[in-house]
Amino acid sequence: MTISGTHPDVVVIGAGALGAATAWFATRAGLTVEVVERGSIVSGTTSACEGNLLVSDKEAGPELDLALLSHDLWRGELGELGGLWEFEEKGGLVVAATSGGMAGLTELTERQRAAGIEVREVAADEIHHYEPHLTPELAGAAFYPQDCQVQPMLMAAHLLRLARQQGARVRTGTTVTGFLRDGDRVTGVRTDCGDISAGHVVNAAGTWAGEMAALAGVDVPVLPRRGFILVTEPLPPTVFHKVYAGEYVASTQSSDEGLQTSTVIEGTRSGTVLIGSSRERVGFDRTVSLSALREIASKALALYPSLAPVSLMRTYLGFRPYCPDHLPVIGTDPRAPGLAHVAGHEGAGIGLSVGSAKLLVEAMTGATPTIDITPFRPERFSLQEVS
Amino acid sequence: MARFDLAVVGAGPAGLSAAVTAAENGLTVALVDAGTQPGGQFWRHPDEHHPRPDEGRGQHLWSRFTDLRTRLRALESGAATAGRVELVVGHQVWFVETLAEGFMLHLSATHGETRLPQVRAASLVLCPGGYDRQLPVPGWELPGVMAAGGVQALLKAHRSVAGRRAVVAGTGPFLLPVAAGLAQAGADVVAICEAGSLSGWARSPLGAAGVPSKALEAVEYAALLARHRIPYRMRTVITAIRGESEVGSVGLGRLDRNGRLRTDVSLPDLDVDLVAFGWGFTPSLELVTAVGASTRVDVDESLIADVDDWQRTDVPGAYVAGEATGVGGALLAVAEGELAALAASRDAGRPVSEARARSLQRQIARGRRFAATMHRAHPVPAGWQDWLEPDTTVCRCEETTLGEICAATKELGATDARTVKLLARPGMGWCQGRVCGFAAAKLAIPVGEALTASDLAPLAKRTFAAPVSLETLATTPTESDSATSHDNDA
Repeated sequence: MTISGTHPDVVVIGAGALGAATAWFATRAGLTVEVVERGSIVSGTTSACEGNLLVSDKEAGPELDLALLSHDLWRGELGELGGLWEFEEKGGLVVAATSGGMAGLTELTERQRAAGIEVREVAADEIHHYEPHLTPELAGAAFYPQDCQVQPMLMAAHLLRLARQQGARVRTGTTVTGFLRDGDRVTGVRTDCGDISAGHVVNAAGTWAGEMAALAGVDVPVLPRRGFILVTEPLPPTVFHKVYAGEYVASTQSSDEGLQTSTVIEGTRSGTVLIGSSRERVGFDRTVSLSALREIASKALALYPSLAPVSLMRTYLGFRPYCPDHLPVIGTDPRAPGLAHVAGHEGAGIGLSVGSAKLLVEAMTGATPTIDITPFRPERFSLQEVS
Repeated sequence: MARFDLAVVGAGPAGLSAAVTAAENGLTVALVDAGTQPGGQFWRHPDEHHPRPDEGRGQHLWSRFTDLRTRLRALESGAATAGRVELVVGHQVWFVETLAEGFMLHLSATHGETRLPQVRAASLVLCPGGYDRQLPVPGWELPGVMAAGGVQALLKAHRSVAGRRAVVAGTGPFLLPVAAGLAQAGADVVAICEAGSLSGWARSPLGAAGVPSKALEAVEYAALLARHRIPYRMRTVITAIRGESEVGSVGLGRLDRNGRLRTDVSLPDLDVDLVAFGWGFTPSLELVTAVGASTRVDVDESLIADVDDWQRTDVPGAYVAGEATGVGGALLAVAEGELAALAASRDAGRPVSEARARSLQRQIARGRRFAATMHRAHPVPAGWQDWLEPDTTVCRCEETTLGEICAATKELGATDARTVKLLARPGMGWCQGRVCGFAAAKLAIPVGEALTASDLAPLAKRTFAAPVSLETLATTPTESDSATSHDNDA
C-alpha cells in the first residue's frame, strides 16, 4: 500500500533534533520533505538531555570542526530564531580541583586555542567572579565564552514547524518497518501506515539509528549509553554558566562499560538547576539506578556545597547514541545508494545538529561541503573491519 | 537498616486496615505515613497528644477508625505482639528500590530529623490514597480558591474554617460533607454547585442499592443541607472567579444534559470569599509505577493500579489497596486493605481464613459496582473547556496558560500529554503535575476523546515520590552497597 499523493525528495526517519534540523535545511535547499516518527515529536534523546552547545569539551579534530561550524550556524543563519528556543550564550566554566588537574586543563586549553576555540584561564582567586557559589577549594578554571545552551525540545519542535511552513510534512505515530529497494538502491520506506517512495531516505533515528541501518542491511554501530540528570526545585540565580569538572572531557571520550560520573551543572531559564552526568552502557535498561543518582549528587556537592539542602524535584534518564570512535555518522551511504545517515552524536547531538544537517543536505544535493565530511562517513566501521 | 515481613505505605483506611490485619496474622509490619498520626486524609483528626472527647466530630465511619486504632494499640502493648508493628509517622517515601527479593523504601522526615531512613521489607502494600482532582477556571489562582479536600483537612485537623462565605463546586458526593462541615463550623455556605444531576443515579439503581449505608448517608446529608439552608444547584458550574487580591465573587453557568455550557441561561454572580473545588479524586500512583506495576484507566479517567481479586499487582510481593486501585471511598478501602494483608500473609505461607477472604472479595465487588455508578453519575462535564480563556492558567506552578498549551499542540505539533509538558511545561513545577496533570492530559488530546493509560502514565510517573534534598541523596545507602559488602564478606 502506498500513501497516495506523496513522492518527496527526502524522507527523514526520526523527529528529534537531528531529524528536525535535517528537515529544516532540506526545505531551505528547496527539497520536498516528509518526516516519519514512530512516537511523538522530540520523544527520544532530544527530550532527555540538557541542550548543550559546547566547544569546551572537544579536542582539536573533526568533531571540533563540526562544533565550530555549528556554533557559526547557531549564531548566524539561525541567530534570529534563537529566542524561540531560549538560545543563551552563557559560557562554560571548566574547573580543576587539584594542581595536577589544572596542569592538564592548561595543556588542553593550549591545544584548543591553537584550534580556534576562545578560552581564558581563570586563576583560583578569580573563580568567584564567575560563580560565587562554587567551592573555594579549587586549583583553577578555564572559561569558554562560546559555550551556549538551548531548550532542545523547543529547538527541534520549532525547526519542524518552520519546515512544515515550507511544505514539509511530519507524520507521527508512523513506524518504519522496512525499505523500498531497487537492487542495492533505497527508493523509499515501508511504514505501518503505507509506503513512501522518495529520492533520499535519511536515517535520523538517534540512538535507534543502528537498528534502522540494520533494517536496511548496512552496519552503522550506534549503541545506547545511559545517562541520568537530576533537576532541583526552582532557585534564585545560583549557577550562572555551564560548570563542569575537567574530568568530564575524559569521560565523554571513554568507552568504559561501567558507571562513570562527572559533574556538569547549569541553571535553566525556569530557575531549576540541572545536575549531571553519568554514563553507563547497559543497553536500553530504564531501571533507575540509585547508586548512579547518589554519585552524581555527591560529586555536585563537592563543587557546590551550598546546594546540600536544596530539594530535587525529579530525575530523568536518556540514552545517548554512541559510536565506538566517538564521532557521529553523517553522509550518504555508498553501500545502499539513496540512504543517508545523520546520527550517533553521543552527548553532543543538540549542539552538533545544525552543522551535521547542513553537511548532510550538501552531500545529498551535491553541493561543495563546508567542511570535510569524510571523517563521519557511515561506512567507516566496515572498512576498518576489512583492513 | 530495619527489616520487616511487610511494609505498608499510607495509614489511612486501607493502610491502617492492612497493617493491623497483617500484624494480627503474625507478620512484622512497618506502617509508614507522612502524617503525624494514623488516619490518613479521610480520618484526619486533632492531635491525639491532647485528647478531646469530641475528636470524632464531623467524621464518618469513625468507629471503624477507633476500632482499628484500638487493635493497633493492643498489638503495640501486647506482650506477645510488642514490636510487631513499627509505626513510622511523619515520614514520606522518596524512593523505592525493587530488590531481587523484596523492596527497599527510602524515607525522609516531613519535618525535622529522619528517624528511619531505610525500611527493607519482603512485601509491600501500597495504600497511597489520592487527592482532589482539579480543573482550571479563569481566576482559580486567586487566594481563597482551595481544593475541597484541603478545606476538609483544615476542618478535621484544626477545626479551622477557611472562609466565611463559601461556595462548594465541582461534582460528586464528596461536595456534601465538605459543605456540611463548613456549615457546622459556622461558615455561610451560599451554594453547592454540582455539575451533574441526580438523574445519573437513577439510570443505574443497582449499583447504589448494593451498598445501603451510602443511601443512609445521602439522607443524612439531605437533612443537614436542609437544616443549614444550603441550596444544592445541579448542572451548575463556576465559570469564572473574580477578585482583586483574593476571591470576591464567582460567575456561574448552567450545563445542558450533555454537560455543555448553555449560552441561553445567565445566572447572577455569588459573592464569596472561599471556593472549594472537587472534581472527584486522582489516585497517587507514583509508588505503584515506581515498583513497575501495571496500570489502567478507571471509569472516572483516573490512572489506577491493575490488581487481581487478591489486590496483587503483576509485581511479585507488591499489593495495592484503597483509592489507588480505583476511587471508591473509605469502606471499600478498609476491605481492600484487609484483603491485601490476607493475601500477603497467604503468599508468605501463613494460614488465613479463606471464608473471610471470600467475604471481603464479595464486599469489594459490591463496592466497585457502587463506585462505577458514582463515577458514571458524576463525570467531569464534557464542556469543562467551554469557559476557559486563552490566558487562563492551567499549571499554577509554571504559570502555563491555555493559550501556551494550544500553541504546543496546534503550532508545534505536540500530539500527547508528555510532549505538551516538554514544550509548554505544565506539570514541570513543584507539584509535578499533581494538580494540573488531568487537565493538561485532556487538553493535549482532541476534545471528547477519552484518556488512555499511555496518556496518563508519563504524568503519574515520578521517580522521586517526594522531593529529596541533594544531601540526603548523596549520603543514602543503596542496595548495591549492601550487595557489595556481602560480596566482600564472601
